[in-house]
Amino acid sequence: MSGPDKFISIEGISKRFPAPGGGTTIVFEDLWLSMARGEFVCIIGHSGCGKTTVLNILAGLDQPSTGAVIVDNQGIEGPSLDRAVIFQGHALLPWLSVMGNVSYAVASKYRTLSKHAIRAHAQKFIDLVGLNGSERKRPAELSGGMKQRVGIARALSIEPKIMLMDEPFSALDALTRGTLQDEVRRVCLETGQTVFMITHDVDEAIYLAERVVLMTNGPNAVLAEIVENPLPKERQRKDVHRHPLYYGVRNHIIDFLVSRSRNFAAGTNSKDFDRRHVPMVRPGAPEPMEIPSPPRASLRQSRA
Amino acid sequence: MAITLRAALLSLLLFGLFVGVWHLATAGSGPAINMDPEYAKLVGAAASQGKSAMPGPSEVAGKIWEHLRDPFYDRGSNDKGLGIQLAFSIARVMIGYLLAVLVAIPIGFLIGMSPLMSRALDPFIQVLKPISPLAWMPLALYTIKDSSLSSIFVIFICSLWPMLINTAFGVAAVRREWLDVARTLEVGVFRRAFTIILPAAAPTILTGMRISIGIAWLVIVAAEMLVGGTGIGYFVWNEWNNLSITNVITAILVIGVIGMVLDQLLARATRLVTFPE
Repeated sequence: MSGPDKFISIEGISKRFPAPGGGTTIVFEDLWLSMARGEFVCIIGHSGCGKTTVLNILAGLDQPSTGAVIVDNQGIEGPSLDRAVIFQGHALLPWLSVMGNVSYAVASKYRTLSKHAIRAHAQKFIDLVGLNGSERKRPAELSGGMKQRVGIARALSIEPKIMLMDEPFSALDALTRGTLQDEVRRVCLETGQTVFMITHDVDEAIYLAERVVLMTNGPNAVLAEIVENPLPKERQRKDVHRHPLYYGVRNHIIDFLVSRSRNFAAGTNSKDFDRRHVPMVRPGAPEPMEIPSPPRASLRQSRA
Repeated sequence: MAITLRAALLSLLLFGLFVGVWHLATAGSGPAINMDPEYAKLVGAAASQGKSAMPGPSEVAGKIWEHLRDPFYDRGSNDKGLGIQLAFSIARVMIGYLLAVLVAIPIGFLIGMSPLMSRALDPFIQVLKPISPLAWMPLALYTIKDSSLSSIFVIFICSLWPMLINTAFGVAAVRREWLDVARTLEVGVFRRAFTIILPAAAPTILTGMRISIGIAWLVIVAAEMLVGGTGIGYFVWNEWNNLSITNVITAILVIGVIGMVLDQLLARATRLVTFPE
């Protein structure tokens, strides 16, 4: 899956902060990951392992203590309109209408457009997420699912290179979540978006992602494995769970979350574990088997 | 709806009760004591007929009607209509208050956005805030050398603090996620201040403005009593010197009504900028 095209390259980032009783707390250290253009990657791990910090670093909202992130051959130096964030709590501006929220983003990206053109552009994305008819409503008048749709429309409307989603559906009921997953999948496939998404939901990860990154518990969390999703790119919600490998993948991830995420460090010889080449696994019946990751050119020189 | 009606009826009942007790308490106690008519004329009805010096409700109502019929007469410096006096007071409050808005909101923004400025300015605010605005009056009179401008200055200084503190608090309390939205959209400093921070902090800022207008209206009466000349505060003090309790009571009622109107105007403005979440 991860070909030579390293659209996003996380290169040895770490995050530490001074601990209350002296010393330093290491959230994670020497973390490497790369993603190809148009890829959908989910990251799964327990709360507090630092997933959100990784996402915030990708967004440019947070800085790594060491290391760098390179997107499209450019180092990240701060937030950018190239990278749209869908926040967990939707983060809509409550004093603006649906149209106001989306056009605010459009006007921020396309600063020279006329008012009329901004509205027309925003309308296109409001229609895309199925909210036409609700343009004039304030966020307070919308249901949780509709609010998150506005968040998605806002993120898509700036036509970013990457979408970063921090548990976008975790606050929604199961039915709404399913519908929105379908729509996000459709929209991302149509627009060829590169997506990095945090989730707690194993089924969601398998349905949406091409690769699922498993992160161990913090502090000092590591990326333990990258699970390659054996499901075909064209998949349907209604029969995804009938795929012969579906439960193999699901069990593998759940086993990781239940036990291996906790004692991963004890289970592996940490000297042998290469953080730069996180093992790729392609689980399926009968037993998960490891496939060697492709060799990569060293990027250490390019680090600042 | 029923409770509104019942509350209104109860209010009316309480008002009637109050007026009734007032009337009975101030009504004359009975026949005149037998005394020399010349002397009775000299000491007035209060002493000769046992009538209270406190005017009754009918006298006050008559006075209010009189003022309402002709609020803008001007018969010299000590005899101006109630409307003119109120206009002077309201004008002073408005000028001092608007100057305070122009100073408090930008500085409040600065304090709210910069932790450094917040800490640097905090000791000054903590010391200046609890000073009674009237304590500034001698200093103002000495430096400004104009009684009217001095009372405007006093209004300015008393309106400043609630607005300043509320603005700083509102700006500092803007939700992080809204600021993150602005950051990911690469919104510039000024656009962020006007399109994110201002609308987000507006309800808190307007609450501060509402507290300020209330305090300003309280202080103007005292300030005008001190500096004299014109204004509703001066009117009250002048009528006290004339021993016209009827006029004093009338002025008290009018001060209350205007204070309520000012407060309601700001309350309405607050409702306009408040957003549901």
